[in-house]
Amino acid sequence: MAAKSIISRPVYGTLSPQPGKHHLFIADAEGALAISDMAARAPAGFFDGAEIVFIPGPDGKHVGMLEALRPAQFHQAPSFASLLPRLKQTLTNAHMGLRLYLSGTEGLIGQAMQVALEAGIDHTSIQTEHRGSLARRMQCVHCKGITENVTTQPATCAHCGLLLLVRDHYSRRLAAFQGVCINAEDRTEIPPIEEAFP
Amino acid sequence: MSTGTTKLDVVVSDVVPVNDLVTRFHFRRRDGELLPTFSGGAHVVVEMRDGERTRLNPYSLMGSPLDTSEYTISVRRDDIGRGGSLFMHRNVRPGLEMVISYPVNLFSLDLRAKKNLMLAGGIGITPFMAQTAQLAGQGGNFELHYTCRTASLATYADVLRERYNRRVRLYHDDRDERIDLDRLLSTQPLGTHLYVCGPSGMINWVRDRAASLGWPSEAVHFEHFAAPQPGLPFDVTLAVSGKVIRVGEQQSLLEAIEAAGVDPPYLCRGGVCGQCETNVISSDGKFIHNDHWLSEEDHRSGCKIMPCVSRFEGRSLVLER
Repeated sequence: MAAKSIISRPVYGTLSPQPGKHHLFIADAEGALAISDMAARAPAGFFDGAEIVFIPGPDGKHVGMLEALRPAQFHQAPSFASLLPRLKQTLTNAHMGLRLYLSGTEGLIGQAMQVALEAGIDHTSIQTEHRGSLARRMQCVHCKGITENVTTQPATCAHCGLLLLVRDHYSRRLAAFQGVCINAEDRTEIPPIEEAFP
Repeated sequence: MSTGTTKLDVVVSDVVPVNDLVTRFHFRRRDGELLPTFSGGAHVVVEMRDGERTRLNPYSLMGSPLDTSEYTISVRRDDIGRGGSLFMHRNVRPGLEMVISYPVNLFSLDLRAKKNLMLAGGIGITPFMAQTAQLAGQGGNFELHYTCRTASLATYADVLRERYNRRVRLYHDDRDERIDLDRLLSTQPLGTHLYVCGPSGMINWVRDRAASLGWPSEAVHFEHFAAPQPGLPFDVTLAVSGKVIRVGEQQSLLEAIEAAGVDPPYLCRGGVCGQCETNVISSDGKFIHNDHWLSEEDHRSGCKIMPCVSRFEGRSLVLER
């Protein structure tokens, strides 16, 4: 569970079935468990109008469990990048009444929400549940490069090499936390590096 | 005291009868300057000085937000109301000096919308006059569905059809034309925002169907100014100012509080904005809540009241004012 912090730091809830006929789930790895937990509380026939898009974790688990929910459509993808064209197409053709459910890592939730915002979905209307790793997607505020799966504090920018303080300051537009140079005054000063986002 | 707004000294520049029930009023600034900028959906509170009595009624601005040389409102005559609309129809003539509030918008467009779906009922058309003008000026995507009783009471339907043609769809009650609401709501592209203004029955129907069909509340906007309803007179103790007041049959609680020289905050005077929300210290009797602001829970609790539109029947009511 992500700790509470400044207002821009996203907080996540627990997936709950919304009214309507069309439901789109996007999940990665342990996010599948949030869907199956919700399924226990969903009304009969709920998944008849549901599409589940799933990115399995390295252990490859939970695919069978999601298929057993018998959604109208089930789609498996190796990465977020690989499902992006399909997701954009789905949202372009969708009508009001489609509800969005995002579960899993923060990187997945944030990137799916970024696409949803562009499609005109209000972020507060999206159901989210965080499961699994706390690893962060980070934007270096100096070179603007995005570094995926940041687990340490501070962290090195994969693009320009600066040592960055990973802030709780989050951008929904970029789907990334902001990283700011931690030793701008004296680059030889290297603070201890800790595993902060396991 | 109107919250955060100052007053505008205006003169009535034109009065135009539109149909049997509706008259349009034009206001210009007395000093000849431009009026403040506003956005589609905004309203002003018009002060009506009628002898001893001052009424303050909210009306949506219906002119184009691109033109601030004048403000226009349209007033539907209500023969059994508290007299505000009758005063406007009977007493307000070109050249009359009046005072109105700065515009306030509690029904603004969400400019992130990919499309704007507007549903109007009767005189609820007025905010859409301004919103459609604003959107048309920006090349915005909108569609207006307008329900009226008869063709002769379809206020501004002719203007709207001429301006926007097929983007406006009319439904006449006397021809049994009805909006196919479920179909309409189910076929809107993702990113559409819904706006509804009209009688409260229509607003409740639309909000209810939208929620059932999976529309998130963030995309559903509505405005209904509840006119204060007349009722039995009742006595109120204002604990903070140490006054006991009587609310007359034709008076709202807010008006009675103001008449006693107490100046609570207000904005819309129609049960929408929440500014005049007042805590109840004690009560023995029944609340008649008419607002759209407090939650059902608040209504049941008996701990809060919106004095602009709500009343009370019973033995005693003590308010924190």
